[in-house]
Amino acid sequence: MSVATVTLHERLRAALPNAGISLRTNPGPSGQHSLLVDAADLPDVCRFLRDTPDLTFDFLSNVSGVDWPDPAKADAVAAPAAGEGSAPPTGGFLEVIYHLYSTRRRIGPLVLRARTIDRATRVQIPSVVAVFRSAEFQEREIFDLYGVEFTGHPDLRRILMWDEFVDHPMRKDYVAPDDYEYEPTPHAAVLEKAQRHYVQP
Amino acid sequence: MISDPATSLTSAVLAPGADDDQLLHVSLGPQHPSTHGVFRMNVVLDGETVVRLKPVFGYLHRNHEKIAEGTSYLASMPYTDRLDYICPLSNNWAYAQAVEKLAGIEVPERAEFIRVILGELTRLINHSAFAGFILGDMGAWGSALMYAFREREKILDIFEELTGARMMANFMRFGGCRNDLPEGWSAKVSRLVDDYGPFLDEMEKFLVGNEILLSRTLNVGSLPREVLINGGITGPMLRAAGVPYDIRKVDPYGIYERFDFRIPLGATGDCYDRIMIRFLEMRESLKILRQALDHLPDGPIIHPKAKIRNFIEGPKGELGFHLISDGTTRPYRYRIRPPSFINLTLIEDMCLGLDLADVVIILGSIDIVLGEVDR
Repeated sequence: MSVATVTLHERLRAALPNAGISLRTNPGPSGQHSLLVDAADLPDVCRFLRDTPDLTFDFLSNVSGVDWPDPAKADAVAAPAAGEGSAPPTGGFLEVIYHLYSTRRRIGPLVLRARTIDRATRVQIPSVVAVFRSAEFQEREIFDLYGVEFTGHPDLRRILMWDEFVDHPMRKDYVAPDDYEYEPTPHAAVLEKAQRHYVQP
Repeated sequence: MISDPATSLTSAVLAPGADDDQLLHVSLGPQHPSTHGVFRMNVVLDGETVVRLKPVFGYLHRNHEKIAEGTSYLASMPYTDRLDYICPLSNNWAYAQAVEKLAGIEVPERAEFIRVILGELTRLINHSAFAGFILGDMGAWGSALMYAFREREKILDIFEELTGARMMANFMRFGGCRNDLPEGWSAKVSRLVDDYGPFLDEMEKFLVGNEILLSRTLNVGSLPREVLINGGITGPMLRAAGVPYDIRKVDPYGIYERFDFRIPLGATGDCYDRIMIRFLEMRESLKILRQALDHLPDGPIIHPKAKIRNFIEGPKGELGFHLISDGTTRPYRYRIRPPSFINLTLIEDMCLGLDLADVVIILGSIDIVLGEVDR
């Protein structure tokens, strides 16, 4: 059963007046609306959704990372609702999308979004592992493949790529190395070509 | 028992007073017959007791999601076969449904029936193979798996006749299925459904009261329900602990609300319950298959002429595709919610304080496939 995201938005705004929460509508046939939450308020919002007796969103099913080098595209996919301004950032950002369900009330998904400030250094989003343990490996995966830093994560390490890898392959501007594989004992010519694409640490 | 279900047990792990250099570090895998593929665990042992366990992923990582974002929607269909390669048709189904929701495509009734039949046959394959594998993990190497694979082979023959491939089916299409059923195909499935019950009886007779199975699985690896839900555990693992959560009932997709079937539940969620729940689920799958075959309608199999997420109840748990479209022919974002990967979240919590030998059974009871864990 789907969630009445609009009603829930009103409810959250009343309950957490200081949290930045805005409604985003989905223009496609699916009509799966979402709530854009200020990164700093995300753990509080999650805790409220989980612990409020008549909401009981106890199950964080999925965490997706998305790279938006062009912020206009992000607004086209998740349009700001009437009366709510679009996000001002100019240089693009990374986004993390959370799909929440209630196993007790059997409804979902409630879609939450949180955004980083930019794609370079201000890429921090508070971890929700303390609220939903299921985020532990998924946040590690987004850290690994997108480079979002989840502050407060108990064990933030690369998970799918190897520890020595330096870039974030799921970013839209990622350039794959020419050799397509890491060579610990490199053939000089192949590695020299590949080195051009590795970001030097 | 635990006030906040999200609290990690790992902080309290290391036995107080245990001197660090008395602990034994073992790298279990990636090439190890009980790790079900290339999966590795860094285990720290105090004697025989597990005090820390960290899974290591990525040996089979090929960044499927990135590849899918660089190609057309349909071109990813054969690639989904290779996620959970035991159950390709479930993956096909989840992906096809996600795109159908994204684009608002209707599916004809006959195609929905064919999908249900294929989906439930896939569940039979998965759970039968699971029963064979987990007995192998306990040392009954070969025999149980042989009987399980004998039955699996019959279903693979049926798949081959329909799709041309035993495993890599590439059969579902957006809005339906690739081709119609061959002559006499449903009669063959019908015979298989009739014969499957006796096979399950036989398999259960061997297993249920077996002393080794009981001593290896009873009270091994259970966790409180709240912790499992909070840890994102889905599928038979969750239902074995008594949580009535199956997407086929909770949010019926396709035409599942038309069928009469029940969701078996376990009591304690230990490894024994996890094995038995799969047997009970197979019996429910047989009921669904019987009804679907009896009511299979005639008609077309494919429909004639932006951000979304869709879930199905895959044999291993909640399998989802999260798609974001920017209006071009390629998905802007293509994300898989892999049940095997997320079901591993709590493996350390399940194993702490148990013997190393139990780790193998617990890992087996989670039922992972590395094609999907590593993507």
